[in-house]
Amino acid sequence: MAYYQNIFTEVQVRPVVPELGVPVDSDKRWGKPFNSYLFGLIGNSQVGPIYIGYLGALSFACGLIAFEIIGLNMWASVNWDPVQFVRQLPWLALEPPRPQYGLKILPPLAEGGWWLIAGFFLTASVLLWWLRLFRRAKALGLGYHVPWAFASAIWLFLVLGFIRPVLMGSWSEAVPFGIFPHLDWTAAFSLRYGNLFYNPFHMLSIVFLYGSTLLFAMHGGTILAVSRFGGEREIDQIVDRGTATERAALFWRWTMGFNATMESVHRWAWWFAVLTTLTGGIGILLTGTVVDNWYLWAVKHGVAPAYPQVYAPIVDPLSQPGGTP
Amino acid sequence: MKTFFVVLGASIAFFLTVAMFGTSGWERPPLTTTQNGFRGTGMDQVHTRAEVAEKKDANLAPAPADPAEEGGELAGQTYENVKVLSGLTTNEFNRLMVSMTEWVSPEQGCTYCHNTENMADDSLYQKRVARRMLQMTQHINSDWKAGHVGGAGVTCYTCHRGQPVPANIWFTNPGPNHTSGFVSRNNGQNMAAPSVGLASLPYDTLTEYLADKTIDNNAIRVNATTALPTTKGKPIQDAEKTYGLMIHMSEGLGVNCTFCHNTRAISNWQQSTPQRTTAWHGIRMVRDINGNFMEPLTSTFPKNRLGVLGDVPKVNCTTCHNGQSKPLNGAHVVEAYPELTKTTVAEVTKAPAPDAPATEPPAVPAAPPAPRP
Repeated sequence: MAYYQNIFTEVQVRPVVPELGVPVDSDKRWGKPFNSYLFGLIGNSQVGPIYIGYLGALSFACGLIAFEIIGLNMWASVNWDPVQFVRQLPWLALEPPRPQYGLKILPPLAEGGWWLIAGFFLTASVLLWWLRLFRRAKALGLGYHVPWAFASAIWLFLVLGFIRPVLMGSWSEAVPFGIFPHLDWTAAFSLRYGNLFYNPFHMLSIVFLYGSTLLFAMHGGTILAVSRFGGEREIDQIVDRGTATERAALFWRWTMGFNATMESVHRWAWWFAVLTTLTGGIGILLTGTVVDNWYLWAVKHGVAPAYPQVYAPIVDPLSQPGGTP
Repeated sequence: MKTFFVVLGASIAFFLTVAMFGTSGWERPPLTTTQNGFRGTGMDQVHTRAEVAEKKDANLAPAPADPAEEGGELAGQTYENVKVLSGLTTNEFNRLMVSMTEWVSPEQGCTYCHNTENMADDSLYQKRVARRMLQMTQHINSDWKAGHVGGAGVTCYTCHRGQPVPANIWFTNPGPNHTSGFVSRNNGQNMAAPSVGLASLPYDTLTEYLADKTIDNNAIRVNATTALPTTKGKPIQDAEKTYGLMIHMSEGLGVNCTFCHNTRAISNWQQSTPQRTTAWHGIRMVRDINGNFMEPLTSTFPKNRLGVLGDVPKVNCTTCHNGQSKPLNGAHVVEAYPELTKTTVAEVTKAPAPDAPATEPPAVPAAPPAPRP
């Protein structure tokens, strides 16, 4: 079977001496490296040595604190019943403070205080991890593409949990921590603000999200398909085009008249991924603060079409005489 | 090692596939679709034909009893202690009593409500509740005819379905018994609650929206009425409560959101279907029933009929609808029982039974004022 047609990686490189990479100024890696067949199925089979550093340790500790606060509160919400905890886990949540507390820094723990503490530690964890990514990229002399892409995701996270609630003047506008609850929150958020699908930044975010998956499939498929001609050396072939690149390019020119290059396809993919959360964050930020009802906004600006009336006019019963108490 | 993982992976995939087929509530074609909005708006009701047939069979209206012989004395003169149906003739009265037995207590018979030694005796709570329920039925069929029940009307069977206690009643849900202290409260949500279709939406939304007859008429509405913010709007938590109520209505009626709404603009009345107006009145009707008929019966019911908080059993959309947009397949059940569509108290009635027990409850409360349309 041709190895490039498999779901899993077929080539597992296992050097006699573990790979340590290029020498860097400060190299405080930890652990004895080993090879794993399972890891080799999805990536490099060598695991470790891992760089922890004080940023990594702090980030992990903050993340663990947030995880514990959320998890223990969930468990407490079913009276510490282990069976119910497992059974209802997808439904359980740690809720933000109620609207009456506004932006109070620490409402009572039972009334959302835990949510704020968990949010603080989770945010600290994420920001420290970003700093860690940035510093590691710098230490290796890389560009900062990965940290900036991660920053775009953090932007959406901060808008949802911090920036927008602050602008709205209430922590209650933030998202609960929970699996189904955050999804129900999302649906309720769209319902409350008159259908998020009419939010142009939501539209852009969807375009970039779906576009990302399309680009990922096209690029991954192309490279795997031309790897028998050396296509996996795609970065070399940005400037030194070989037969793999030429075949890949011709394939797309034949099928859609235009092709990306080995360089541009990566820029496409990076920007689509980054813009997904960037535009999504803008869309959330505008909701409630600047626009209160996206459907009415879309009508006002000629975005939402009018459909013919199929029933006799339906009027709000409350607007009829005697309708209001 | 490799073979082991291949076998492990394959068996996990196999069992997940089996589990997926067994647990996800798949519905088998053929499907039936009805369109109830302009083309392209996705306003469709999708059901499987098997489901439609099954529901139809499960919701057959009982055949009405043969008409009563005309003429004769009024029941209020024939029998003692007749308070609600005294204006019927004795034949009509007896016909209705037989029908009520079939609708409500076919197995238990007359003795479910009556002391057969003395039929006028009010000592059984069931009889006192039934009397109030008769008034309720007359009230629904007259005052809510235009707004909600229309020509179909309701009889005891619409809710009871041959059971003394209707299957689809509900009580206030106090949620899990929290340990107090600094443990986070759950904001009344985040349990797999059947009342909201097993979503993690607020599980006691019915108490607020269906049991409070004095609630503000705008309570359910959460959308802004202007494109841009003008005043402080309602919190997302209110939207979740409304969403929970709507899920209940959807489940209770066996329809999806687009039965009433054009979901691109949920709150917009102009784009809604006429059913939304009916449902709007239905919500008010349920509040009227719970607030004016069920709640005053709290002390009449024995403790074992009450909820954990000592609250009375209440009705919601499912109580009558039972998964159908029109209860009992839309049968005009009340047509054969015109006495259930109006007040039937005769001017002259026989005095109450002299041997009525001392614990006789107070006279039947006056009919509540007609609700606002």
